[in-house]
This record gives sequence, structure tokens and C-alpha cells, in this order.
Amino acid sequence: MIADDDEKWLAAATAAVKQNAFYMQRAIDSNNLKDALKFSAQMLGELRTSKLSPHKYYELYIRASDELRSLEMFFRDETALGCSIAELYELVQHAGNILPRLYLLCTIGSVYIKSKDVTAKDILKDLVEMCRAVQHPLRGLFLRSYLAQVTRDKLPSIGSEVEGDTETHMDALEFVLQNFTEMNKLWVRMQHQGPTREKEKREKERNELRDLVGKNLHILGQLEGVDLVVYRDTVLPRILEQVVNCKDELAQCYLMDCIIQVFPDDFHLQTLDVLLGACPQLQPSVDIKTVLSGLMERLSNYAASSVEALPNFLQVDAFSKLNHAIGKVVEAQVDLPASASVTLYLFLLKFTLHVHSDRLDYVDQVLGSCVSQLSATGKLCDDKASKQIVAFLSAPLEKFNDVVTILKLTNYPRVMEYLDNDTNKAMAIIIIQSILKNDTRIATADEVDAMFELIKGLIKDFDGLADNDEIDEEDFQEEQNSVARLVHFLYNDDPEEMSKIIFRIRKHILTGGPKRLPLTIPPLVFSALKLVRRMRGGDENPFGDDTSTPQKILQLLTETVEVLSDVSASELALRLYLQCAQAANDCELETVAYEFFTKAYLLYEEEISDSKAQVTALRLIIGTLQRMRVFNVENRDILTHKATGYSAKLLKKPDQCRAVYECAHLYWAEEGENLKDGERVVLCLKRAQKIADAVQKMANASRGASSTGSVSLYVELLNKYLYFLEKGNPQVTGETIQSLAELIRSETKKAESGAGTFITSTLRYMEFQRQQEDGGMSEKYQKIKMEWFE
Amino acid sequence: MVLVLALGDLHVPHRAADLPPKFKSMLVPGKIQHIICTGNLCIKEIHDYLKTICPDLHIVRGEFDEDARYPDTKTLTIGQFKLGLCHGHQVIPWGDLDSLAMLQRQLDVDILVTGHTHQFTAYKHEGGVVINPGSATGAYSSINQDVNPSFVLMDIDGLRVVVYVYELIDGEVKVDKIDFKKASTSTSAP
Repeated sequence: MIADDDEKWLAAATAAVKQNAFYMQRAIDSNNLKDALKFSAQMLGELRTSKLSPHKYYELYIRASDELRSLEMFFRDETALGCSIAELYELVQHAGNILPRLYLLCTIGSVYIKSKDVTAKDILKDLVEMCRAVQHPLRGLFLRSYLAQVTRDKLPSIGSEVEGDTETHMDALEFVLQNFTEMNKLWVRMQHQGPTREKEKREKERNELRDLVGKNLHILGQLEGVDLVVYRDTVLPRILEQVVNCKDELAQCYLMDCIIQVFPDDFHLQTLDVLLGACPQLQPSVDIKTVLSGLMERLSNYAASSVEALPNFLQVDAFSKLNHAIGKVVEAQVDLPASASVTLYLFLLKFTLHVHSDRLDYVDQVLGSCVSQLSATGKLCDDKASKQIVAFLSAPLEKFNDVVTILKLTNYPRVMEYLDNDTNKAMAIIIIQSILKNDTRIATADEVDAMFELIKGLIKDFDGLADNDEIDEEDFQEEQNSVARLVHFLYNDDPEEMSKIIFRIRKHILTGGPKRLPLTIPPLVFSALKLVRRMRGGDENPFGDDTSTPQKILQLLTETVEVLSDVSASELALRLYLQCAQAANDCELETVAYEFFTKAYLLYEEEISDSKAQVTALRLIIGTLQRMRVFNVENRDILTHKATGYSAKLLKKPDQCRAVYECAHLYWAEEGENLKDGERVVLCLKRAQKIADAVQKMANASRGASSTGSVSLYVELLNKYLYFLEKGNPQVTGETIQSLAELIRSETKKAESGAGTFITSTLRYMEFQRQQEDGGMSEKYQKIKMEWFE
Repeated sequence: MVLVLALGDLHVPHRAADLPPKFKSMLVPGKIQHIICTGNLCIKEIHDYLKTICPDLHIVRGEFDEDARYPDTKTLTIGQFKLGLCHGHQVIPWGDLDSLAMLQRQLDVDILVTGHTHQFTAYKHEGGVVINPGSATGAYSSINQDVNPSFVLMDIDGLRVVVYVYELIDGEVKVDKIDFKKASTSTSAP
């Protein structure tokens, strides 16, 4: 197995290194320069191997370079003892092979950088040149890596004790740049070694070694004297030259990223042209978006962390440069998938939101660029791209937390067009949720239009999608409920503007179709009723246009609720008509109120056939009618008469009884004497009692022992009589009540169980009222003889 | 000490988008033992939300409720008290105290909780106590012109119930409390 062999060879080489190191150390300890050199050369000879994989070679290298440290210290001591560099150099030449010789020369040279014999410049120059003798990529890389490592703390850089003037700085700079260039060349050459089928393996190995090359950039970043000018004029151009010319995808990708990470952000800002200019020159297979996104992210964070830097962004026009660069990249790489180009725009958008959040025009520009890009592809079917677009559209939402700002971005809805139907709806929901969460008010009719444009996927069916049977019922309801909730945020204090808003909302909602209308019309109706109430409270505006009067709004509501009966939502429509009737009542609009009642009654007669539904609907009609004050006698009579008629025709007799006695309230209103018709009240109650008698008869006939149900009806009637007694209806006499009470008692006796607690509590109440000290109440109750109740 | 939350007439989404945030932050799960709801939620999402506050949810039907299966009235016993629950659109005239008293006698309960008027009330009469928690969202009402969001928390302890009403007025939550005591453990009123 090759791997095993690798291990074996490493083990063997390591053993040899150890052994030679041991002898070298012994020689050092006994001050034997010659032997020290001899054994160190032998040790370094192990590094001449071709048998190891880069990973294993690295391990060996570490070993060897570690051991060289003691040699380095020894050399330092020797120089202190008077040996000159020339002499040491001479001695080293006797090492047989080039590689060990070079390692030793580097070690010695680095020691002499500080000496006065030879200038640092010359030494560095020599060393970097000499290393050229090793052209084998792996060995050469490590050799140069050693060179960089051993000279590092002797260069004038941050953290080192070495000082220098500008010349020294430039010399050091030149040295590092050259070493870097050569190392990159070696690294790239590795790609072309060996058979094509092992390409992947080679790439993997190269990846493991990449930090060796990148280290040089780190060193550059630390050097003293590398200020913006030097960076811009020397460092960056030289690095980029190598990056572009090497034409190697792996290297370009890694090194571009390295540049961005290593050097300060304000350097990047000032050299943006140069950096971006290199991008199109890179190999087409390089993942530019990662490079650009890394850059934009750094710049965004820079902007976020230091406010003082913000003007610089404007000054160098960073935004348009980046926008332009991305445009070029997207243009050049025709095969770029939609998700990739959207990602690029996403990063640009985030950058813009961070750096230029006050420039809506920039944000809109980015959206526009994305739209142009997408127009080539048409509606997306790609999940990944859709996700990116959602992220793209959510970014400004989250940044501004204000949908009203979003509505100003003309390109926003255009981007949404490119989403598939489901994602479009999901995005619409996200927008609505932003409004709900942030309590955003959408306050003008035009903004309302823009809003509905954004969420149009929820409001109506997409073209060509006739039936929605694939849509989950629950999801659909939730969607429409979201739209319903939204309506409450479309609001303006000014009645005129609010009027316009109501009309617009209606226009949009009515395109929704039968499934949506029952869910979206109610909130519109109530929003309009609130407006009517406000209009009523405010002053009449003589110059206001036609739309801002209660009548106009109520008229609109008639036409709107009508639609519901067309889509079989009759019970809902009836309730809404009654609500509108009450509003008309409060506005003193008699005809309008009557109209609403008519519509409600028609619905009752024609559309509501379910018995339970009828009972509830009728109860609501009676309750509403009871509160109406706007009708004249005639109208009131007609409506009341009808209601009582409906009551008597309910299917189940107990329901009939109850509805009829409730109608009694229609003849008695607290506010005015002319609204109290005592006779009619009693007529109703008596009529109800007749129905209760019929119920009782049926119960007695069918079962013998009567059920308590019908006795309950009598007790309810009794309570109703008491109610009107207390209200002062002269037609309610003690005798009426007594005879009813007598009836209850006899019926209760027949039954095994009583009507139970209802009677007991009623009696208790009657007794309580009798005992009342205020006279008025007890007087009334005195009229009733209560002796028969035990 | 048993805490009972009484609320209703939320009318979501017809008349309101949601409960006020200040109320939502007060209604924390795990603190309340029972919820009684007067109806008109109107949608399942609100039902589910209430269930997260307390799983013992009692609810009756309002005329706009989506779910037709809620009953018209409900009675339950909590501690020494019998409670009755009814939305109130069935009781005519709407909001009339005497008519409500009749319902109370019919259900034979110490405390009757109803809604429909969107107006908080709590009063004692011969038959017991009638409580209307108002509208928890401050929803529009044709009966009541000026609605503030409100709900009620009842603290039932032996023969005593303390009714706390929480009202949102001009953005601030105001609390008031009323004490009721019942005379004995018998089922009828004092």
C-alpha cells in the first residue's frame, strides 16, 4: 500500500534526521564547527527525498528545521567568537549536495543580516537568488519557506526589534516580494507534474501547501514602511501581476482571498479600481463571486464599525465601482447560473444597505441590475436561485423595518415577478409580516396601490391557474387571513384620504374570486364602518368631494356586501348588512338603514334555509331592530311585523316560542314614551304562550310524564312578564303573572322532576323584589299573590 | 388561589389584526389555570394561541366565529363558584342587565360571563355577578362607540373572587379591581 510505504519512508527519514541531529548537537557542544556542519548537512540530506507526499514531507521538514535552530544559535556564538561570514560560507561549500548547502547558507546568512560585515540587502538578495538552484516544486517550496521563516524576525516589521530607514524597508519589501513570486511559481508548477488522471490528487496536495505561499503576504502585511502609497504603487501591482500571470485557478482564488483578508480595509477602499480590475483578467473557472463577496463583506463590516470612514466610500465612489465590476463579471461568465449572479447582487445589496443606507437610489439601482440580469432567464424554476432572491428581497426589509420605504423602490416588484408562484406568495407573506411586526402604517391611496401590487399573488389567481385544488385549505385560509389583518394597517386619519383608501382596497379585493371574498371583504367593511363613525363625529366639509360622506361609503358597502351573497356567503352577508344598518341608524340615514334591513330580510327569506342558522339570524335581526331609533312609525311597523312573522314560522316550536317572546322587546324601548306599546308587548307574550301550550300538549301526549323542556318555556315567559312589569308596562297585571305561575306549578306537579333551579331562582328573585325597601319595586310585586309556592 | 382569564370579542382578523402587544406580553403561559372566552375570536389561529396560554379553554359561540361547533352556553364549576358563559348576542335587548339576570337565573350560576357589547362591566345583582370582559383587541362595535381593549382576570379563592380588569387606555395598561364574596357554599346566590 502506498500509504504504508509513505509511513515507512517517513519513519526511516525521521530516524536518520534524529541520529544526525544527535551527532550535530554533540559537535556543537564540543565547539566542533567542522563536524557540526558535516552532520547538519547529512541531516538535511534527508530532505532531498522524492518519496514523500507533501503532507509527510512537511512533517520531516518541521523536524529538520527545528534541529537547525540550535545550529543557528551556534553560528551566532561563532560569529561572536570572530568567525566571519565569508569563512562560514566557505566551509559550507563543502557540503556535497545543493539542498543541504542552501539550507545552511540560509541559516548562516540570516545570522549575518545584523552584522556590519556585509549589508543586509546583499545577503537577502543573494539568498533569494541562490534558492533558484532548487527547481523541484516541493523541495523548493519548503526551502524558500525556511528562508522566509528564518529571516522573518530580522526584517523591520511590526513586532521585531529591527529598525531601519526607508531604504532598509524597501530592501526587505523587495526580498519578500521576490520570494513570494518564486514560491508561487513553484506551487503552480506542481499542478503540471505527473499524469492527468491524478489531477484531483495534486490539487488536494497543493491545497495543503497553500499557506506556505500565503505566509509571504502575511509578512508583507506586517512590514514596516508598507503604507498606503507603497502598497498601492509597489506591493499590490507586483502581487497582482504574479496572480494574473500564473494563470492558475487554485492560486488565483486563494491569493485574491488572501490579499483581501491580510491588508487593511482602507487600503482596499483606495485601491478598489486596481483590485477589481484584476478580476476579469483571472481564469474563467475562478469562483469570482466568493472573492467579490469576501471583499464586499469586509468593506461592509468596515463601514459598520467606523463611522469616520463612511465619507471615504463616497469619495472613491465604491458603490459604482463594485456595481460595474459585478456587471462585468456576470457579462463575461455566460454560464453563470442564476443563483450565483443573484448571490453577487445580494452581497452588493448588503454592502449598499450597510454603507449607503440613506441612498435609496443606490438600493434601487442594485435591484435594477438584478432585474436586467434575470430578464435573460425568465421566471425561475430553480430552488436555489429562488431562495437567494428571497434573501435578496428580505435584506432591505430587515434593514429598514419599514415597508413604506420598500414601496419607493421601483424595481422591487419587478424582482418579485421572477419568482415562481409559490415563492412569490411566500415573499408576499414575509412583507405582510414585516408590517404586522413593525406596526407600519400605509397612509396614502397610492401607497395602498403599490402595496397590493407587491402582494398580488395573494390577492388573485395567477394567470392561467384556474383551479386551486392543489393548494392546501389551511394554508390558503392563513394566507387570506394575513391579507385581512393587513387591511387594518391601511389607514389615514384624514377622512378624505381614508375614503380613497377604502375605494382602492375594494378595487383590489374584488379581483379575488369566490374563495377569497368571504375572507377579505369583512375587514374592508369594518374599516369602512369605522370611517363612517369618524365622519359622523367630524365637521361637514362643504368643499369635500363626493366620496367623503357617510352616504357614499354606506352606498359602497351595499354594493360590496352584495357580492358576498353572490358567492354563497349569505349568513355573513346578513350579519354585515345588519352592522351597516346600525351605522346608518347612527348617522340618521333612515332610507339607507331601511335599505339594509330589506336586503337582510331578503337574504333571510331566500338564502338562509338551515334551521339553526335561521334561529341565530333571526335573533340578530331582532336584536338589531330593537336598537334602531331612526325609523318612522310606518317603517318600524313593517319591519317589526315581518320579524314577528318570521319568528312564528321557525321550524321547531320551542324556537318559535322564544323568537316570538323576544319580539316583545321590539315594542318597548326605554328612550321614548311613544316607543312603548304595552299592549303589543303583551300580545306577543300571549302568542308565545300559546305556542308553549302547544309544545306542552305534544310533550304530554307523547310521553305521559312531561319533559321539563316546555315547562322551562313557561318559566322563561314568566321572567319576561316580570321584566315588563318592572319596566312599568301597565298591561302586565298581577293576574297575568299569577295565572302563568299557577300553570307552571300544576305542570311541575305532573312531572317527576321539577323545572328545577330556574323556577327556584325565579321565585327567590320575586321574593327578593317584594322585600325591596325602595317601595316602587315591591309595590309592583305586591300585586302578585304568591301563596301557592311552597 | 385559582386564576381564571376571561376575554373575548377579539374579532381577528375582521376588525383587528391581533391582540395589543402589551397584552400579549402579559399573557404568559403557565400562570393561568382556566380561560373562559365569550366568543368572536374569530379564527382558528386565535383559538390555538389561547390554548398555548392555558390548555383548559372554555369557549362559546359568537355570531362571527368561524367554528360552528362552539356551544351557545356553557357552565362550569371552579372552586366554590359556578360560572356561566354566553356570548350575549342571544340576549335581547343587547347589554340589558335585567335580561342578563334572567339568563343567570336560567343557568343557575354565581358568575355569568358574557360579551358582545365590547364594554367592560362587572356588577352584582340579586342573582349573582355579571362580568363582561369587553373586547380584548378594542374591536369596532355597533353598540359601543368608544372601545378600549380590555380583559379580565379572576382570582378565585374560597368564597371570594377578586376581579381584576386590565384596560389599555392611550397606550397604557390600567388595572382596576373589584371584590365579590358569596355568602355560603350553597348553589344559589347570596
